[in-house]
Amino acid sequence: MRDASPAKTYALHIGVIALLFALNFVLPDYHQGLFARIMALAVFAMGYNLLFGYVGLLSLGHAMFFSAGLYGAGLTVYHLGWGVPEAFIAGVACGALLALIVGLLALRTAGVAFMIVTMMFAQVFYLLILYFATWTGGDQGLVIQQASRVFSIGGTSFDLTDPTVRYMSALALFAIVLLVTLAVVRSRFGRVLVAIRENEERTKMLGYDTVANKLAAVVASGAICAASGAAYALLFGYVGSNFASIQYSILPLLWVLLGGAAATLGPLIGTLFMYYVTDITSGFTSAYLLIVGVALILLVLFAPKGIMGSIRERWLRWLT
Amino acid sequence: MMPLLTTKGLSRNFGGLRAVDGVDFALMPGEIRAIIGPNGAGKTTFVSLLSGRIRPSSGIVVFDGADITTMPAYQRVRLGVAYTFQITSVFANLTAFDNVALPVQRTLTDGRSKGQVRSGVMAALERTGLADRAGTLAGQLSYGHQRLLEVAMGLALKPRLLILDEPTQGLADSEIDNFITLVREIARDATVLLIEHNMPVVMQLADRITVFNFGRILAEGTPEQIRANAEVQGAYLGATHD
Ligand SMILES: Nc1ncnc2c1ncn2[C@@H]1O[C@H](COP(=O)(O)OP(=O)(O)OP(=O)(O)O)[C@@H](O)[C@H]1O
Ligand SMILES: [Mg+2]
Repeated sequence: MRDASPAKTYALHIGVIALLFALNFVLPDYHQGLFARIMALAVFAMGYNLLFGYVGLLSLGHAMFFSAGLYGAGLTVYHLGWGVPEAFIAGVACGALLALIVGLLALRTAGVAFMIVTMMFAQVFYLLILYFATWTGGDQGLVIQQASRVFSIGGTSFDLTDPTVRYMSALALFAIVLLVTLAVVRSRFGRVLVAIRENEERTKMLGYDTVANKLAAVVASGAICAASGAAYALLFGYVGSNFASIQYSILPLLWVLLGGAAATLGPLIGTLFMYYVTDITSGFTSAYLLIVGVALILLVLFAPKGIMGSIRERWLRWLT
Repeated sequence: MMPLLTTKGLSRNFGGLRAVDGVDFALMPGEIRAIIGPNGAGKTTFVSLLSGRIRPSSGIVVFDGADITTMPAYQRVRLGVAYTFQITSVFANLTAFDNVALPVQRTLTDGRSKGQVRSGVMAALERTGLADRAGTLAGQLSYGHQRLLEVAMGLALKPRLLILDEPTQGLADSEIDNFITLVREIARDATVLLIEHNMPVVMQLADRITVFNFGRILAEGTPEQIRANAEVQGAYLGATHD
């Protein structure tokens, strides 16, 4: 039964957050920076997982939601001189709005058609960024200066270029999104999403407007991915069109598959794993992508449910 | 008394095949109606038109005085039309609990029932004798229990009209006796439309019987009248079945 051990599940998630908090104080500089990046990108993966893992909708266009957040935050800071919090909200709003529009159109399709339609939309978004190079900086991108990345809340000033502030900001976002997605997937809405994934026809015959529920999931997923993009722009001070390219649509899929779809901690594990495999292998060979590919194939062969999925199956059956 | 449900000239073609062919049908509130007929007679297609699972080629469906012909299935469910599938269609990868939680939380959201999801689910599981299976994945239940889970999901929807498509298929004899009791109980606050091949079940439960053949209504009447009807004998009852 799903509520067999909610306390254990929440304890595990909070434990992971506490561990990440503690790591800030022990990690060497280089790894502290890497972890901040991984946590920000794990948010992207969590947004993707909400749609792919729980609703079963495979999108190949999520780079557009990430970059809607990236540019929504980056451009308002760069051109309009907005503060960090306002820019972050602008980024999330851009992603949510884009997801609403794309969802309304793309949800008329399913399966392979949905993959292709989302990919096409993302490609259009990518080309628009290049087309409006005067504002977006085109493929060069834009660098957001340190002065624009300082903000204050209640009299305390935060400088996002400071490694610890950056790490803690990434962690805060990660923790909020992790706990929110955990609450969502355990909620009534989450139960309906899983039902749609398992058997949409049957779900309709239980009185659910499955299209409306899927649209809500697309918007939630888009908003979370945009939050990741907005945070990325503000934390690392760079927006560029490569984040809107097809590669960034496929990456969250890989992270989620690696970590385990439909497991709330899967996205973090997948992102972490892939980042470090890439990082370590690129240190001693230029063919590191080949090694990443091999690692992926091995994982899919021997742990088709991803790392978290396999751990859950063997040891943590109570875990949501 | 006004019928709960009526159809006029209801038809559905599949290519050249007239699966349901100009059916005029009326169902009174509170009755248990059985639909019988040979394989391929159009019974499942007919009730699918009522539930909104498929669209009619022509004709209308009226529920509680309102024309629902073009209403999407999920809205009909909220009005109180519940359908249980002939081909077992439970969520195999979810627990029995979660399977029933879906319809329970629907009625809570619609304000058609009160209380907590958990108590609603357990009540429906208890009525169908599945309470001790709450934590079992639906796909791991025996076939008979999956059929009962379908019924539990149907009655958890708090339907005004419960459509059961061959619910006793695959049930053991002992389970069938319990099932008959259960349907009588459900019928105290809902109208029941039952497609059933098992004639003893039909004869025990039905207030009236409608016989389908080649997409049309061949006969309709009380169990006694249907038993005595020569045409029905020819089309169905005489023919050995199962
Ligand atoms: N989706 C479909 N596409 C094409 N033909 C269909 C479809 N659904 C049903 N039919 C055909 O329509 C006719 C009526 O089928 P239906 O399933 O309604 O019969 P039934 O009375 O429920 O039979 P059974 O007792 O075997 O369940 C059959 O000839 C069937 O092959
Ligand atoms: Mg049938």
